[in-house]
Amino acid sequence: MKKYLLILVASFFWMDSDGQDMTALVMKVKAKLDLVKDYEAEGKMKTDVSFIKAPIGKVHVYFKKPNLFKLKKDGGISLLPKGGVTVNMNTVFATTDFVALAAGEALVGGVNTKVVKLLPSNENNDIVLTTMYIDEANLLVMKMVTTTKENGTYEIQMSYGQFAKYGLPDKVIFSFNTKDYKLPKGITLEFEDEAKPLTEAQKIKNKKGRVEITYNSYAVNKGLNDAVFK
Amino acid sequence: MWTLIQIELFKIFRRPRTYIAFAAIFSLIAIIQFGLKLDGDSYVDFMMRDITSSLTIEGKILNGYQVCYITLQILLVHVPLLIALVAADMISGEANMGTLRFMLTRPISRTNFILAKFIASVVYTLMLLIWLAIMALFVNMLLFGTDDLFLLKSQYVVLLKRDDIFWRYLWAFGFAALAMTTVASLGFLFSLFAENSIGPIVATMSVIIFFTILSTLNIPVFNTIKPFLFTTHMIGWKEFFDIKVNDANEAIVGSIQNPGRIWQSALVLFVHIIGFLAASVLIFKKKDILS
Repeated sequence: MKKYLLILVASFFWMDSDGQDMTALVMKVKAKLDLVKDYEAEGKMKTDVSFIKAPIGKVHVYFKKPNLFKLKKDGGISLLPKGGVTVNMNTVFATTDFVALAAGEALVGGVNTKVVKLLPSNENNDIVLTTMYIDEANLLVMKMVTTTKENGTYEIQMSYGQFAKYGLPDKVIFSFNTKDYKLPKGITLEFEDEAKPLTEAQKIKNKKGRVEITYNSYAVNKGLNDAVFK
Repeated sequence: MWTLIQIELFKIFRRPRTYIAFAAIFSLIAIIQFGLKLDGDSYVDFMMRDITSSLTIEGKILNGYQVCYITLQILLVHVPLLIALVAADMISGEANMGTLRFMLTRPISRTNFILAKFIASVVYTLMLLIWLAIMALFVNMLLFGTDDLFLLKSQYVVLLKRDDIFWRYLWAFGFAALAMTTVASLGFLFSLFAENSIGPIVATMSVIIFFTILSTLNIPVFNTIKPFLFTTHMIGWKEFFDIKVNDANEAIVGSIQNPGRIWQSALVLFVHIIGFLAASVLIFKKKDILS
């Protein structure tokens, strides 16, 4: 009996220490990201949604602590997942009020990562749950799956290059769910016959949308005016 | 021949009826511009309600290119009526006034006579389209500015870059000229069979309305005849505003989704024009002119 009790107590301590480790790891990543007070990045954005035909466009991304974020297209019209692109690492880490739980390990883009479940303590937070895939050696978030109250679940995958020291990605792939799109031909005044009905596999594929942003340059900690975010 | 065309153009542009079409286009476009300038955002919100449920659209959607597309979509269905007003009056109007027989006493061939009248009605059609282009494209560009063009199709949406649009409009107006010339040639053909203008004008419009309804109805039994109706091909100008995508779903700037479909539609319309004109010449050459 004593033996079982000892194992139970030991496992509690092990679980508790593991939980602390995850908070520590998350705080380390946050500390790295905290080095960035603001940035202005230039890149190219590709919108890949089955029912959207859009060319690649140049974008400017602005961030300022604690959670100001703006994505601007260089002229023209931009299509972004609803409430989505503003969900990024900086906004997730804007709060310190969270619980970080270990959820194993996983391989993301050939990199071994720790899987961390991040639960905000504040129940008014729009983010319900974030699962982070953290490269422990380099303190980089490789992938993030965020579930929000208003706009469903987003998956953000990141790859890093020369700005890895600030925890800023070179490429971000933002995946989200889309709804069906169809307008009556009477409204669009199209006379041609109906397209062939989609297979179930195509329908599932079509419900996933992606926005890819490839950054060419970052200007970090150069100071940004708040007017940029209006 | 040139003198004959000049005389016919003089006759067309001397009549007040001719300017009804120009005034109508001006008023209609001015009304659309006024409405969209005043409450365009509500119109855009209404149009975008399906897509904004999953996407946020940022930018100036209601720009000159967008307003021009909306205008053309509405007007190019009704412009045939304005063209029929003149084209369907070309021969019947002369017959009604009793000048047809008199004119044919002059030493000109019937073929030249009818070709001159046809060319004059085509010139009128083109001038009406140029007026439409000035009002719908250039004035809207001035009033609303220019930006990317965001188009809602029945199955998907298309986003065209600002510098990839103007050339599409030029081609679209060129195509519309072909479509409207088809209407003019039909009205012209009908004008051979009556001695007053009302009949041919109403007949031309009836055919266009009837065929347009058949083209719009998505009933399988009608789908087989749709490709043979010229009204199905009259909206081919819209194809210039559809863009190709590569395997990675990136739109290819400067491309057209179905150039083959445009050529096919243009060919069908051209064959109709030639057919209607040839029929007009043949019928007129054998016609017993009594008025």
